[in-house]
Amino acid sequence: MTLDAITLSVIQAALQQTCDEMDLAFSRAAFSPVIAEANDRSDGIYAADDGALIAQGSQGLPVFVGVMQYSTKTIIEMCAAGRCLPPEAGDIYIVNDPYLGGTHLMDVRFAMPVFRGGAIFCWLSNTGHWPDIGGAVPGGFSASATAVEQEGLRLPPVKLFKAGKLDPEIYAIITSNIRVADQRIGDIKAQAAALHVGKDRLFQILDRYGDETVVAAIAELRRRAAAQMRAAIATIADGTYRSTAFVDSDGVVDAPLTIALSVEKAGDQLTFDFAGSSPPCAGPMNSVLATTLSSVYLAMRHIFPEVPISAGAFEPLIVKRPQGTFLDARYPRPVSGCAAEVSQRIAEAVFAAMVQALPDRVTAAPAGSSGNFALGGSDPARGRDFVMYQISGGGYGGHAGGDGLSNGCSTIGISKSPPVEIMEQAFPVLYRSYAIREGSGGAGKHRGGFGLAYEVELLRGEARASFVMDHGRTGPQGALGGRDGAVNEVTVFRGDAAHVPPHLSKEQDIPLKAGDRVRVGTPGGGGYGDPAERDPALVRRDVRLGYYTAEQASEKFGVAVAE
Amino acid sequence: MAEKNPASSGTVVAGIDVGGTFTDLILIDGRTRQVRIAKTPTTVDNQAFGVVAALESAGVPMPEIDLVVHGTTTTTNAVLERRLARTGMITTRGFRDVIELGRRTRPQPYGMTGTFVPVIPRDLRLEVSERMEAGGIVRSALDEAEVCAAVDELLAAGCESLVIHFLHSYANPSHELRAGEIAAGRWPNGYVTLGHKLLSEAREFERGVTAAVNASVQPILERYVERLRRELAGRGYSRDFLMMNGNGGMISSRFVADEAAKTVMSGPASGVIAAAYTGRRAGFPSLVTYDMGGTSTDVALILNAEPAVSNETEIEYAMPIHVPMVAVHTVGAGGGSIARVDASGLIQVGPHSAGAMPGPICYGRGGSEPTITDANLVLGRLNPNRLLSVDRPVTVEHVRSIFAETIGRPAGLDGNEAAGAVLRLGNMKMAGAVRMVSVARGHDPRDFALFAFGGAGPLHATALARELGLPRVLVPARPGITNALGCVVADLRHDFVNTVNHPVASLDEAAMGAILERHRAEGAALIAKEAAQPETIRYLHSADMQFVGQTHIITVPLPSARIDRAELQDLFEKAYFARFRVDLPEIRASLVNLNTSVIGVREAIDLSRLIDPAGRAATLEAALVERRPVWFAGKWIDTPVYARERLPLDAVVSGPAILEQMDATTVLEPGDRATSDTDGNLIIEVGG
Repeated sequence: MTLDAITLSVIQAALQQTCDEMDLAFSRAAFSPVIAEANDRSDGIYAADDGALIAQGSQGLPVFVGVMQYSTKTIIEMCAAGRCLPPEAGDIYIVNDPYLGGTHLMDVRFAMPVFRGGAIFCWLSNTGHWPDIGGAVPGGFSASATAVEQEGLRLPPVKLFKAGKLDPEIYAIITSNIRVADQRIGDIKAQAAALHVGKDRLFQILDRYGDETVVAAIAELRRRAAAQMRAAIATIADGTYRSTAFVDSDGVVDAPLTIALSVEKAGDQLTFDFAGSSPPCAGPMNSVLATTLSSVYLAMRHIFPEVPISAGAFEPLIVKRPQGTFLDARYPRPVSGCAAEVSQRIAEAVFAAMVQALPDRVTAAPAGSSGNFALGGSDPARGRDFVMYQISGGGYGGHAGGDGLSNGCSTIGISKSPPVEIMEQAFPVLYRSYAIREGSGGAGKHRGGFGLAYEVELLRGEARASFVMDHGRTGPQGALGGRDGAVNEVTVFRGDAAHVPPHLSKEQDIPLKAGDRVRVGTPGGGGYGDPAERDPALVRRDVRLGYYTAEQASEKFGVAVAE
Repeated sequence: MAEKNPASSGTVVAGIDVGGTFTDLILIDGRTRQVRIAKTPTTVDNQAFGVVAALESAGVPMPEIDLVVHGTTTTTNAVLERRLARTGMITTRGFRDVIELGRRTRPQPYGMTGTFVPVIPRDLRLEVSERMEAGGIVRSALDEAEVCAAVDELLAAGCESLVIHFLHSYANPSHELRAGEIAAGRWPNGYVTLGHKLLSEAREFERGVTAAVNASVQPILERYVERLRRELAGRGYSRDFLMMNGNGGMISSRFVADEAAKTVMSGPASGVIAAAYTGRRAGFPSLVTYDMGGTSTDVALILNAEPAVSNETEIEYAMPIHVPMVAVHTVGAGGGSIARVDASGLIQVGPHSAGAMPGPICYGRGGSEPTITDANLVLGRLNPNRLLSVDRPVTVEHVRSIFAETIGRPAGLDGNEAAGAVLRLGNMKMAGAVRMVSVARGHDPRDFALFAFGGAGPLHATALARELGLPRVLVPARPGITNALGCVVADLRHDFVNTVNHPVASLDEAAMGAILERHRAEGAALIAKEAAQPETIRYLHSADMQFVGQTHIITVPLPSARIDRAELQDLFEKAYFARFRVDLPEIRASLVNLNTSVIGVREAIDLSRLIDPAGRAATLEAALVERRPVWFAGKWIDTPVYARERLPLDAVVSGPAILEQMDATTVLEPGDRATSDTDGNLIIEVGG
């Protein structure tokens, strides 16, 4: 069947619209603030035969770009091999096994086969980050786990809904293994409802244009997405572009992990090779293959946002399987840090390589950390336990068009940080400051954006502080002569003593008493271009606004400013 | 009272709306039932000149006008262009960067760049010692000497306006109030905004930005109001005039600057008010409004004649103004949206726009990329001789050849097919965006009519309604002056919000009822201060609710000010199921906010003369202007073109047809069927 350009464009827009409506339905109905507010979720349409991504919601969390096609593929394969019950209409599988095409355990994926005329037409899948999945620490971000069992409940693909009905037994197993279980029914129903919204919209498209036409369009769209990505790649000069990025430590062994990347551009494809990266690590900074691939894809999507997300677009991006490295973790390696931190270091490596090839399109390195700070304790005034999460932004990298943004969201996220007033209402803490981290932007012709500096005090009772951050050892890298942004800093003031985590950006269960304080400075963005080329008027403005001191202006930019 | 009630019958009321290009006026003369319309160029530097010019061209002597109601974009433009009064902020020690840091966002999901300019620069944000705890308990006393010093420093720095923004002032405003007193003793004018005054809710970034916007547009709005007052007085209109607020209500120009932030987005709000009013009279109380302009399209939802109101408007990236406003969603597609063939050979429409400069090719201002407007021209939908604001005329053939070249050649289409594809895809994308903010939120499209206005709304309305599954389209008598009509028909309105945050099961019903009663009393008192007195006062109550543990809320209308726990629970569960098809008997419901709108209802305005009945032709044939070929569904069809204002009231027009009037063109596609009602609205039944 040949399709005209109009029909193709129309069906492309309709499929995209379907996914966007699924995203909307999921977020609006979800309970978990991680999903509802932070949009830590994604929805998409996947091919019936191999799970290849057909379309994905434009408001999905970037780290899920591409991930769900691997988990959907796994379900299809396991069904074919008789390792899962065969799919029937109205079924929804649940799975969160990281090694079966996932990220970390907290990202719970639902997959629903969509039947037309007795056969599976496609799969609709979505992922939502649950606020807890059991395991050693509330929330799942253990900085010192050494095996996946310590990280929480691991579910292989099982049918949570059978012929449209929630299976009470599987539901009971799940809720018996996670914290704050009573609210999860709300998220489960929201996650399933989003799939049903998608199915209804998809059926409207199929009824209107005909199944055959849509099938042909999907195939053609995939071919064309690949062509579009190839056309984008063809603008890059042939050659090999190398970069290195470092994860501070794995949280258990105090040594940096290296991501070594070489990107070879030949013809109209890019080959990403992580050979030379560190071997699998003891702590939870391992990345499973699906997350590693997804990290490359999301970085490329940041570089070429105009190319729609689909399996076709990924075709010319060849990622060699990084066997034997921490970027291809196997059971039972702990993986809780992969989605939040390692993924951002992988993206940073991609940016650092590609900025050499595409200096007008790619930025210097952004802060690239989710800034997870968890505080768990007991509030004597309210007589109950609490777990508080503070996520933070950091500076973005300078770029050809200008300076980096300050306090931007993580590379892999699109979520807002919580207001101080809401945190103080909910938890026994008081923030002493919440401010621009002065001086943190990396110097450059276009400087990096500034990180965040905050200090928070425990008001009552006792609590334990945990950190899963990064860039404590080396700052986000500058590009084309620009300097690195400031490193992440964590200091815990206990009584009169100032404690700096030995791993700088990661530590678990630091005991705090009332009056103790935590001070965090998040990374600034890398600078872009030679700082000596920065317009002195901009340097003077930055000093007037207090972003840099006069001394820093002279030191970093060689501009004398009267204070 | 000596002054006669300006809203009573026999009065002369003028509504004036300032838009980006034109200042529109509609004047309704209650003495003669005559309606006068004027369209004059907007005078960008001082909108007052355009307003006066519009009033003068209406042909009624100014002393005879009883009431002028005015919507302005003065504050909107000031914020978007950052042409703001120099404003300082005094805030809690440690927190001066709150309005610059925002909530760790970036402007778009993909692409690691962005810029953000705070409304108050960092060197004008000063910190003082004071601290309130979340519960409203004073942790550190206010250092009054520091406040004095900060006020003086900001004055010395040339600030004209001041914001005092302290943490947790919504829980205990005493520090803000005291600092405000100190500042009032030293500040040379009244431009001092306290953070909790406009928005008494937690979330320091949103509250701080709302206050900062208010302070930094106050002097600008006040100066504008004064200029206009002088201009009007000089021509014989010396009464008070009213201004539109973003909540769709009017307020005296004497008080409007106190809460100047509320006028931001008032233009789109007045269009929605006009739609609700028109729709109610026409028997279509539930509408999706569709105002398509050159670069963007505004969409709003009206349920049972009540426009949806939101407290969470963001007027641009990281610029929240959290006061109650008519919920108008702006979709980034309009007549100027550019069509391209991308690297994969697919046709894409938008997101880039030719804007006003250079604009579509057919405007002759140097535009060279084909747009949706150009497609309408090529396909015979727009009459090339009737385009407004053309600089150098461009031939249709020239535009067609550009479609053939840039879209047609790579996609294998001729110029007409290419333009047809662009139109179809543009409509589809617009429909998708409209759906996301309207019917995708749990509404059945069959319950709605599409209310199409603005220059380009009626041009696309039937195609859009078809895409959205809306069975009919309502095109008002005067689509191009809908915002001005909103000024004429708007009511006086005050909105109140109280945060409750308490599970429904253990609510104190009497205390909740008392909150609503207090809202009613405060609103009635405010309305009593107005010169223009309403006929009746209407009270709307609603509850923002959620399940315990959720962050999103849904708003449930309440039948009365009496709060009943069981009823509340029931209303919420029904609304929740309607929206999400999910019921959750397992989880408790929570009451987040109680809201009240106090509406001073003005006397009904008769719309039946918006189109002069005397100008109507006796037969449909007599209203025919010409026949011309128009492209529908892939081929040219010889299509009748009628003068909209000459259509007999009882005429039935079957598509395909084009209906032209001064500032709008309505397209009926094959299968559509249009009739008129007594107000002159076109009611189009959308064909299958």
